[in-house]
Amino acid sequence: MSDPVTALNHARYDGYVAVQEIGPQGMITLRGDLLSQRLRDVISGLTAGDIPSRGGVVVTGYTACCWMSPDELLLLLPYDAVSGALADIASALAASHHLAVDVSDARAVFRVTGPLLREVLAKLTPADVSPAMLSSGQLRRTRLGQVPAAFYLRDAETVEIICFRSVAQYVFDLLANAARPGGEVGLFRT
Amino acid sequence: MSTRLANGGRLIDRTRPVRFQFNGRSMSGFHGDTLASALLANGQTLVGRSFKYHRPRGIVASGAEEPNALVNMGQGARFEPNQRATTTELFDGLTARSQNHWPSLEFDIGAVNTHLARFLPAGFYYKMFIHPRPFWKHVYEPFIRKSAGLGMAPTEPDADRYEHLYAHYDLVIVGGGIAGLQAAKTAASSGKSVLVMEQTAHWGGRAPVDGAVIDGRDAAEWVKATVAALSAMDNVTLRLRCMAAGVYDHGYLTGYELVTDHAPQTDAPRHRLWRIRAGHIVIATGAVERPLSFAANDLPGVMLASAVRDYISDFAVSPGDRVVVVTNNDDAYRTALAVRAAGLDVPVIVDARPMGGGALAAQARAAGIRVENGMGIARVVGRRHVTGVALCRMAGGGTVTETLPCDVVAMSGGWSPVVHLWSHCGGKLSWDEGAAQFHPDPSRAPTGADGAPFVSAVGCAAGAMAVGDVLASGHDAAMALGGSGQAASADAQDTAPIRPVWIMPDGAPYGLRSKAWLDFQNDVKVTDVQLAAQEGFESVEHAKRYTTLGMATDQGKLSNINGLAVLANARSSDIPSVGTTTFRPPYTPISMGSIGGDARGDIFQPLRRTPLHDWHEANGAEWEPVGHWRRPYCYRQSGETTEGAVQREVLAVRASLGLLDASTLGKIVVKGPDAGRFLDMMYTNMMSNLAPGKCRYGLMCSENGFLIDDGVVARIDDDTWLCHTTTGGAETIHGHMEEWLQTEWWDWQVFTANVTEQYAQIAVVGPNARRVLEKLGGLDVSKDALPFMQWAEGRLADLPVRAFRISFSGELSYEIAVAAGQGRALWDALRDAGAEFGATPYGTEALHILRAEKGFIMIGDETDGTVIPQDLGLNWAISKKKADYLGKRAQQRPHMTDPGRWKLVGLETTDGSVLPDGAYACSGGTNSNGQKNVQGRVTSTYHSPTLGKGIAMGLVLNGPDRMGEVIEFAQLDGTVTGAQIVDPVFFDKDGAKQNV
Repeated sequence: MSDPVTALNHARYDGYVAVQEIGPQGMITLRGDLLSQRLRDVISGLTAGDIPSRGGVVVTGYTACCWMSPDELLLLLPYDAVSGALADIASALAASHHLAVDVSDARAVFRVTGPLLREVLAKLTPADVSPAMLSSGQLRRTRLGQVPAAFYLRDAETVEIICFRSVAQYVFDLLANAARPGGEVGLFRT
Repeated sequence: MSTRLANGGRLIDRTRPVRFQFNGRSMSGFHGDTLASALLANGQTLVGRSFKYHRPRGIVASGAEEPNALVNMGQGARFEPNQRATTTELFDGLTARSQNHWPSLEFDIGAVNTHLARFLPAGFYYKMFIHPRPFWKHVYEPFIRKSAGLGMAPTEPDADRYEHLYAHYDLVIVGGGIAGLQAAKTAASSGKSVLVMEQTAHWGGRAPVDGAVIDGRDAAEWVKATVAALSAMDNVTLRLRCMAAGVYDHGYLTGYELVTDHAPQTDAPRHRLWRIRAGHIVIATGAVERPLSFAANDLPGVMLASAVRDYISDFAVSPGDRVVVVTNNDDAYRTALAVRAAGLDVPVIVDARPMGGGALAAQARAAGIRVENGMGIARVVGRRHVTGVALCRMAGGGTVTETLPCDVVAMSGGWSPVVHLWSHCGGKLSWDEGAAQFHPDPSRAPTGADGAPFVSAVGCAAGAMAVGDVLASGHDAAMALGGSGQAASADAQDTAPIRPVWIMPDGAPYGLRSKAWLDFQNDVKVTDVQLAAQEGFESVEHAKRYTTLGMATDQGKLSNINGLAVLANARSSDIPSVGTTTFRPPYTPISMGSIGGDARGDIFQPLRRTPLHDWHEANGAEWEPVGHWRRPYCYRQSGETTEGAVQREVLAVRASLGLLDASTLGKIVVKGPDAGRFLDMMYTNMMSNLAPGKCRYGLMCSENGFLIDDGVVARIDDDTWLCHTTTGGAETIHGHMEEWLQTEWWDWQVFTANVTEQYAQIAVVGPNARRVLEKLGGLDVSKDALPFMQWAEGRLADLPVRAFRISFSGELSYEIAVAAGQGRALWDALRDAGAEFGATPYGTEALHILRAEKGFIMIGDETDGTVIPQDLGLNWAISKKKADYLGKRAQQRPHMTDPGRWKLVGLETTDGSVLPDGAYACSGGTNSNGQKNVQGRVTSTYHSPTLGKGIAMGLVLNGPDRMGEVIEFAQLDGTVTGAQIVDPVFFDKDGAKQNV
């Protein structure tokens, strides 16, 4: 088996923030009853964290659990851990209606770093990314330019952005263009 | 003669000279100049020609309301027409050219129109150019376009970059004058996030020029201190050169920021379009001075009184040596005093009010300036520039009492609040008779989703003209939004009321009125509006279109109120009952680049790429857009035509082995105890009884019965199905499924997930398909282990795969799905192993031909939203056992069961040629529109390399019952081609090739 290839082979752009494709990132779409104890147990078993509340993300080390909708979670975990996790989910939730699928290869992930990352996002998303409205622990599903995307802060100067694999180049180009030196806005006091 | 004064100029920096060019002439100005002030400083008072009569035009205003000084700015890839000189900050190397003249600004042949003016009245175009009809397109319009019109269109792609910016604030204050700053100061203490936008490069608005005293200090000092205090607050954002362009529903506000127009060498986006969500918007947009309508008021040298003192005070530019001031209100006296203070002459102040002005008038008299009350200007004297004015009594018919030499006329007809932003989203206005102004009516403000007003107007924009009132209104509005503190104060000044003057003098005869301009930009005069009223254009909107009053780039910022007052008089009605034309965004024109933002070049539109995209690109792929995807249409080898490549690819598949990137096909996982029942509703045929490990082709219809998608469904396990959709259907069909699950069958236990992009999918097609897979090894793909319409999971070339034995070509065929990140590895392995079989990558066109040879339908070719499966002979894929499926009921309607519906057949031209796509079959005679009657149409048509002739499919009236009949299809050149109706399966009808 050859090594998995990310969409852009870890392309990087250093503008007034840095843009870097990362991955491969293991991802599982899990749909089910988010209120059930069984599902809660599965999540805590896989991520050592709780199920996030609406619009939230719970990050625990190398794993994270993202709230996607009232019946859908996105689990982020090491790429190699996906098949094992899927097997765990299948056995734990065998008796309850659920859906768990591997979507690791369907996505691209970017890490944007720098103190001005919020204003770079603000050039591309209509979501309010001000410190008051986007803090760590939140996952924002929105659009970047003309395509859907989701992002969450890993720390004050690092955001991770998830988009579909087919538009990875577009999203990279968007981010790089927005991060071009000279385009600094000074939108948020830092 | 306009010139630079030796002293003063609060906005210019005399230590920083700037060189620029106007009409090829080298000129100089200072840092801080606008192009307009610099032109005046260089004695350039003639800046353009008017739209219709090509009359000489000079600078009238000093701000965004300027109608005349529009220039072609820049060159080549940085060329932009219709740039206002009054708002263009001067920079080193600026080049500008005047507009709308030929051959030159000084000598313009079109100026002859001014002598023909009596033959070019309002509505002239409509009356003159209506007959004969064809002349409009071929003669009149090209001529008019050449002789009228403003700037030129750019010829090169824009060299600059642009961007959007989304921003969110509790409060946005539009206008950085004293009203806006006071509002910001009061509101900021609440801790709310506040944005203050100012369209110019300076804070404070007019107050510093007008000599306002605030809290006992010069306005400029108060402004500086207030801006400094606001800058220090974390919750306040201050933005210069950022104009609010439009106000829309839900607190949406667009801001147009000029980032580098004043410093074009900077590597930064030129313009930034702010897309703001505001909790509340305060408009502090000030007011615009109105011209007066007297004869020859369009001559260069006739300027707004406020502009004259702006040029003196802000830029130390004297518009002329002898300035006659004409006014109907007190404010213009400030201009007379400023002119005098600059050491220039004011021969007379002509005040239309019989009783004259208040405290400012007294000051002017005390300064020794002659003031004539109850007087007006009969006409301006001069040909290309003002050389004098002829005075008359305001009350009379224009008999000249005296003629005075002068080179500038500073006029003031009063002030109109800038109510545009208030009005954009439905705010209503009320007419203030005493002030002769339309004010925002606070009781009829724009309202948000909660029904509460989301816009407030303050300062001059709200009709407050005295400094104290301006500050108080800004403060009060902010207090209502939770602010705190005290308003700054200013002493009240004794002012005399305005006397509205719409025509000067009151009894001006036709000869004067026909030379009194209302709209300088569009050459609309008092008589044009009167004629429009006389001809029945009573609605202000109709009169606008008929006369062109208030059209084009300035949208009547100067002309609207005067124009509608003239219209009201001509209709013998009052101004409020005539009303204003609609104020629409943007406030002033914004660049196309800013609207497009970053969406140009590589990121104009998202391009979806499959995991094999790079390989395709490197190997001669000719791209076909399929939605946002790019798929290879074919792979051209050196020396090959597109058609040649397609034919080669088809033959290679039929003869040995082809490889197709099928990754774009939609893949939707459907799982749950009710999944089978759900899919039975989604598809026309049964999916619940499909055995795990097997595949079935299915059709999906809308609830109206029309065929919307098709594809192969594989049953993965007891409660999991994998539905393949068309490329274009992946997202829409997923949405379609979710919609039914969420709205209609919300209690069914079904989950879906779109996993389209998780997999690269490669079709391995042709007689050698099995052999190449066997070479890769790891998965038993033999006829017995993996029969037709089954799937298997395993490893191929040591990659985990799912292999579906399905065929869209009639050949032995497998579609191999692998994780997207390993798609390229599988593709390379297949090409290596397939080399001995001449493995041939093929594109979408070969795919289409292969399927057409087999009579397989294609969504979007055989279907167009009006076709049902029964039309296509697909009754075999429609379950008769099922009680229901989406579309079943619709398909039982009389129109759907009409035997006269056109049905799918194959078509073979009698001469072997290829029918045109979409061609209609004629049936003799014509319909009521004189068109040929038709009995069918072509849905797919190709040259089949396998069969060596043209093949087609089409929908034909009673087609399946007419096998062997020859019908005629219309060609584009009007001739017809005969085609025989045949079975749509042209090749290997028994399926021998795929059944191996």
